[in-house]
Amino acid sequence: MFTTKVFIKKTRIGNFLKNVREHYIRDDIFCGVPSCDKCTPVESFLSSIHKNECSSYDFNHYLILDTNVILDQMDVLDEDVIGNVIILHTVLKEVKHRSLPIYKRLHSIIENPSRHFYVFTNDHHKDTYIKQNDGELVNDYNDRSIRKSCLWYMDHLPKEKFIFLSDDVNNRNIALEEGILACSIREYVSHLVNGAALEDKLSRKDYHIDSNTKDVFPPHLTNVELLNGIKEGALYQGTFRASRDNFLEGFVNVESLDDPVIVQGRTGLNRAVDGDFVVVNLFNKEDWISPSEIVLEDDGVAEENIDEVEKKERQLKKSAHKKKGEIKPTGRVVGIIRRKWRQYCGILQGGMDGVYQLFIPADKSIPKIRIETRQAEFLRTQKLIVTIDSWPRHSRYPHGHFVRALGKIGDQNTENEVVLLEHDVPHSQFSEEVLSCLPKLPWIITEEDEQKRVDLRHIDICSVDPPGCTDIDDALHCRPIGEGRLEVGVHIADVSHFIRPGTALDLEAASRATTVYLVNKRIDMVPDLLSSNLCSLRGGEERFAFSCVWEMDENANILNTRFHKSIIRSRSAMTYEEAQMTIDDKTKTDSIAESLRSLNKLAKILKKGRLEKGALVLASPEVKIQMDSETMEPLDVEVKKLFETNSMVEEFMLLANISVAQKILEDFPECAMLRRHPTPPTSNFDPLVKAGRHLGFDIKIESGKQLAKSLDDAVKPDNPYMNTMLRILATRCMLQAVYFASGSLQKDEYFHYGLAVPLYTHFTSPIRRYADIIVHRLLAVTCGSDCTYPDLLDKQKTGNLCQNLNYRNRMAQYAGRASVAFNTHLFFKGKLQDEDGYILYVRKNALQILIPKYGLECTLFLAHKGETSNIFEYNEEDQTQKAGDVVLHSFDPVKVRLSLNSDNIQHEKFVLQLVSPCISGFSVPPLSEIEKMEVVDDKKRKSANDGHKKKNKKRS
Amino acid sequence: MSRNRDLLSKIGLRLDGRRPDELRRIRCKLGVFTEPDGSAYLEQGLTKVLAAVYGPHQVRGGRSKAQHDTAIINCQFSMAVFSTTDRKKRPRGDRKSTELSMHLQQALEAVIKSELYPWSQIDVYVEVLHADGGIYTACVNAATLALIDAGIPLKEYVCACTASLANNDVPMIDISHQEEIIGGPTLTVAALPMSGKIVLMEMSQRFHMDHLEKVLNKALQGCKDIRQILDEAVRLHVRDIGSSTGWANTS
Repeated sequence: MFTTKVFIKKTRIGNFLKNVREHYIRDDIFCGVPSCDKCTPVESFLSSIHKNECSSYDFNHYLILDTNVILDQMDVLDEDVIGNVIILHTVLKEVKHRSLPIYKRLHSIIENPSRHFYVFTNDHHKDTYIKQNDGELVNDYNDRSIRKSCLWYMDHLPKEKFIFLSDDVNNRNIALEEGILACSIREYVSHLVNGAALEDKLSRKDYHIDSNTKDVFPPHLTNVELLNGIKEGALYQGTFRASRDNFLEGFVNVESLDDPVIVQGRTGLNRAVDGDFVVVNLFNKEDWISPSEIVLEDDGVAEENIDEVEKKERQLKKSAHKKKGEIKPTGRVVGIIRRKWRQYCGILQGGMDGVYQLFIPADKSIPKIRIETRQAEFLRTQKLIVTIDSWPRHSRYPHGHFVRALGKIGDQNTENEVVLLEHDVPHSQFSEEVLSCLPKLPWIITEEDEQKRVDLRHIDICSVDPPGCTDIDDALHCRPIGEGRLEVGVHIADVSHFIRPGTALDLEAASRATTVYLVNKRIDMVPDLLSSNLCSLRGGEERFAFSCVWEMDENANILNTRFHKSIIRSRSAMTYEEAQMTIDDKTKTDSIAESLRSLNKLAKILKKGRLEKGALVLASPEVKIQMDSETMEPLDVEVKKLFETNSMVEEFMLLANISVAQKILEDFPECAMLRRHPTPPTSNFDPLVKAGRHLGFDIKIESGKQLAKSLDDAVKPDNPYMNTMLRILATRCMLQAVYFASGSLQKDEYFHYGLAVPLYTHFTSPIRRYADIIVHRLLAVTCGSDCTYPDLLDKQKTGNLCQNLNYRNRMAQYAGRASVAFNTHLFFKGKLQDEDGYILYVRKNALQILIPKYGLECTLFLAHKGETSNIFEYNEEDQTQKAGDVVLHSFDPVKVRLSLNSDNIQHEKFVLQLVSPCISGFSVPPLSEIEKMEVVDDKKRKSANDGHKKKNKKRS
Repeated sequence: MSRNRDLLSKIGLRLDGRRPDELRRIRCKLGVFTEPDGSAYLEQGLTKVLAAVYGPHQVRGGRSKAQHDTAIINCQFSMAVFSTTDRKKRPRGDRKSTELSMHLQQALEAVIKSELYPWSQIDVYVEVLHADGGIYTACVNAATLALIDAGIPLKEYVCACTASLANNDVPMIDISHQEEIIGGPTLTVAALPMSGKIVLMEMSQRFHMDHLEKVLNKALQGCKDIRQILDEAVRLHVRDIGSSTGWANTS
């Protein structure tokens, strides 16, 4: 059958266009119920074994859901208890239209056979299709279609029972009138047999606002008002970013304005949550303020009590001042276009009775969430996941519901889980489907393989990696080939040989994008068999490799480059330290030692050349945590040691990456996967230039080369660490390097700023990065050892892939840092130490201190929150703090006492106290002296400790 | 935004409810006009096309064009100004129309036994009344019917069909306008379905070589299906005409 759909649509320019589309109605769509004998059986996960048991209905039944149930109660649907659900196509389309994330979740449930979901295409079925009446709203039409399908099912299968779940009272009542068994999800779940735990997960969306309670927030404008306002230019739209330090402040990044718009206070923020797409109304220019510099935390405990907020608001207002030059556009949020609510990790706030509990998210930019639970006692010991459902006007906090518990607070595994979840790292076990793509053991090299590959087993190749590394993806060799020439080879594990495009393994790796390294855990991108065995270039074993071989002269000029797949046998897998010792040990003259020496020599020349071209040497305080292998507790925190060999390996990897980038761009101008590092905008360098000026150095930032040179020149003999600090500052000015498809940008944008090369890509770590696998595939095509496949040459798909890779990489980096931070905290628990540090920044009420030994950066408060110190005098111009005759500048060395404040279990933080320079009334005596005093005067120490505790409390 | 929309839902239905290998509804009628020697009307989904054939007749407008061994085939493609959602400015003569005219001529030259009519000319006029994707294919199919109605000897039917790739993987045939916009490369094939010869093939965008074979096969299958439909229509038409003259009763 055939019908047409006619609808009128407004175009972007404002014209009205009439669209006519075909709509085919079919007779080959089936009900999917296994007991049906009228329909041709189709693939359907509905099962006659699964039973939905609900005490309000004394028979087994199938469920048909309304759209609102799926949109709001996805967490309930995620539970296995509910099965045999029929999803109507009308509903599916509506869900997709309203919320893509929910649609994706629903889809994964539908695809899972054990959940028994079935999609019934009601809008193309000959009996369930209905025509939209004239003037009927889309919503009413959809509701009518859903009811029509329910009736059809009941009529079609009189023996089976169908229950229609809807939270829309109107729809439900009409359904009941028509004789359909209908009820609300809340009612259904509360009567569900073994569904007690589900009740907590019900979303608390309140459709009806209780008019008796006092409004805490001003109402949002209606959508029409918002759109008109934006069109007329009176309102602006942008992404809301909450401040991490001040819960009553946030910024809205508006595209058409240069500066972000400040929004302050309860009414200013008006229920916006970090990430939401909001509409702001700008104040008049004379009311504009500068960002506040005070730190405010939400100490609210009870739902109704807003006095405390009002107090803080006043405090904020008082502190608001109008500094010249720093006044930014200010406004208030008047409406929210799109919520960006996700699931949040966190803990319950203690000290509350009853079913209503407050949840404190780990992310400080998210407000507390009110949830309803009957298992508060248990949940208080756990880390949990909670999601926001709604934020009505009369409520101080958003309403949410509990999703699941992760484990005990403070437990290593729980914390790892939290880190992984908060950073959206896919970390589940590899599925059976993925594992089935792996090669079978024992794995042998066939003759066919030998024919296709260059045999390099006779060459002395070795690998150099950090100690304990099991995923060795690069190996090197160097040998003289006469006439003063050297042959240098970089051999990279041939992962793309094992991971074929389009397989489940490939898709999984592409979605993971990178291996994530936590302190005591590694989340592999590819299964263990590949990452630490078949692909890993272990010493003494024959492995497949992708080789990049150069002919070089003595001065490291490349005469000739070639790429080919090969078979290698690494002579030995060395650590950086071993390699260094081999090079330094003059008695060793075997071929490995010789080749390492010449590699080292070449690397030095290469590095020099690179630096001359303007490559930046940046620094970041990186630490390594020594773990106890049994108790999994951190033993020691230390800064990573660097050897000459580190730089040697790095140099050749860079060279290989650059050579490969040139080659693949040549052959795939449209779809080569490259990596670029954008030049940062000059405003990014402001802090660096400022800091340099205070120290009497002129930091030039016009080009990377000048920056590199001025950083090299900025050396003070009396403070050798200062240069490193400048480089740390410089690192923070940089933008992120990103992957991109070559066809999506102009040629001059390919530039890699940090390395100062026009072309760069990632080729050398295919075991732990997916980008490298793609590059391997591209390169394999150029050297004729593999063929292309459609997606590889699709610019759009490569672009999408790059976006995922960039996102995952960034998240992996953050996750790694979060893990280090957690373990550092664990290490310092209960410890009190005096350490050397340097002042990184001077702030109005605090000093930012860097402790290089642990790579820590902490804040030393000079005064309590919101107060100005009476000891210190802040000089804004010079960025100094003065106390008596002691003046503290940026980069000054200091000694501080380090301890961990665990008052807030979610955000343990370091507390610093100044030890030297000695400022009376503020600094504390060194620990060594305290120990002496301890014997003499026990009392004194006690009181000092109390004072210390008090201080902590105030800061928490 | 439209990039994200799937051409093929997970259940395996296209946006309009067809399966990937289903044609749109084709309705056609021969002999719709009395003045031309042959005419046909064809609907392919919502795409509606009229075709009229004049000739063979004497070469008009300059004797020099006439060929001693073959007939000249003159095609003119035009689109009604009301055929698209936006009113068209020129019904014919623009670049696109000229190109389509040429392509049409190329396809028809392959089937008309033009060597039978030296020194003469055959005019084929096609007019698109409503455009909803697959204009060219509808024109070719309508022109075939009009030629048959005019009684011009053909080697066999010439049918055209489009095919595309849904989600860059599944081939689907007879692309509607909506599917054309959403994306995916469209492959247009005009073929002689009985002998399997391809007389015209055109692609709107690139796709990977690996896909070509399956997409092409689908398109050819589509051509064959279309031939079936056209053939039925022709037989029905001939029977109707025949019965009015009375010869159908004799058989």
